[in-house]
Amino acid sequence: MNKTWWKILGSVLVIYTAIAGLLLGVPRLPILNESIRNLYFHVPMWFAMIVLFSISVFYSIKSLSSKSEIDDLKAVESVNAGIIFGLLGLVTGAIWAKYTWGQFWSFDPKQNFAAISVLLYFAYLILRNAIDEEQKRAKISAIYNIFAFPMMVVLLFVLPRLKDSLHPGNGGNPGFNSYDLDSRMRMVFYPACLGWILIGYWVYTIRFRLRLIENKQQHN
Amino acid sequence: MQLAKEVKYLIHKEVLLEWRSKYTINGVLLYVVSTIFTCYLSFISLGDKLAWNALFWIIILFASINGVSKSFLQETKGQQLYSYVLASPAAVLISKTVYNILLMLVLTTIALGFYTMVFDSFTPPDLLLYYVAAIMGSISFSTVFTMVSAIASKAGNGGMLMAILSFPIIIPVLILLIKLAKNAVDGLPWENSYDEIGMLLLVNVLTVATSLLLFPYLWRD
Repeated sequence: MNKTWWKILGSVLVIYTAIAGLLLGVPRLPILNESIRNLYFHVPMWFAMIVLFSISVFYSIKSLSSKSEIDDLKAVESVNAGIIFGLLGLVTGAIWAKYTWGQFWSFDPKQNFAAISVLLYFAYLILRNAIDEEQKRAKISAIYNIFAFPMMVVLLFVLPRLKDSLHPGNGGNPGFNSYDLDSRMRMVFYPACLGWILIGYWVYTIRFRLRLIENKQQHN
Repeated sequence: MQLAKEVKYLIHKEVLLEWRSKYTINGVLLYVVSTIFTCYLSFISLGDKLAWNALFWIIILFASINGVSKSFLQETKGQQLYSYVLASPAAVLISKTVYNILLMLVLTTIALGFYTMVFDSFTPPDLLLYYVAAIMGSISFSTVFTMVSAIASKAGNGGMLMAILSFPIIIPVLILLIKLAKNAVDGLPWENSYDEIGMLLLVNVLTVATSLLLFPYLWRD
């Protein structure tokens, strides 16, 4: 029970937000209307992605000093899990955009920068594939991962604020802060974020354990 | 003090090597000039100033990838070992970065001159601000590409890896640069550009700081 409580908590929270997110009342805001419910499914993906990428950077830093293979595997598997959430974030955003903006992809700055930051991590995975020697791979990819992380932060949090975007929160569209004032949405949004972060972490631990077993088999 | 001495010596070495062969500077210069010429011949009917601006930055981007990536990719194992014994990793990185900044400054200045000469209608009203953007571009491209080329050269798989690794990192910088240059093309007052200049300086400080922290690990084989 000590080790599984957070998995149960994560699952319960995600199930709760899936049901409550579709059924509970939401404020009527112009432009957004009912599509505001996407907040519960789209935004938590980015939070989960950021948390997983931060875990990856943490283990990359650790692997540079410890030189242990375990830390390297943890770094790459959290990137793998983070990319899943990044792609889900792009897809949920695109579906929402189809109904509110009329197009899946309209080259909005936020869409572009999110896509580029996912590209950054694909580049990381390709860099790993390019190097055969394990220790060298661990070292060089850890360095690239740490080098790229500040750029991702700039891409996702700083640059979109300098450009005109149609994304909620920018350019006269009702945004995060005006949702936040509504306590009904807060009841669902915060549990959704926590739940998806926990699920993301769970996906990462499973992937890591699988990788560890594969690794052991290869060495035998 | 030791570091400053090493950096000075290494920059001297780089410049001397380049002066003897004049390969990189002439090669990249010819690359830029022929690309500008090709673009002029292909886009002759394109009248939009903003498109010209974007085109200029794309040309500079590819030229700088070609020029800067030489710094580590071209060195042999022996040369790397030589500088490894001779100097601290920080000195190697700083000297390469400074040398690349110098190279890129010469290159962008000539390219900008040639560009405004070929495209008469392009000449931005605020040439000084445009030149500031070009200087910021040289500095940012050099700091980012120097580190990425070090990573790519250690990975042992030169050209393609360099492009894949550097593009996602350079895109935010490139967007800021194009925005800054666009302000110059539109002839906006300087106050409107302080945000971009500040952001670019911040990104550069961030890049140099992380590079200096990480390079010693990369350098040690």
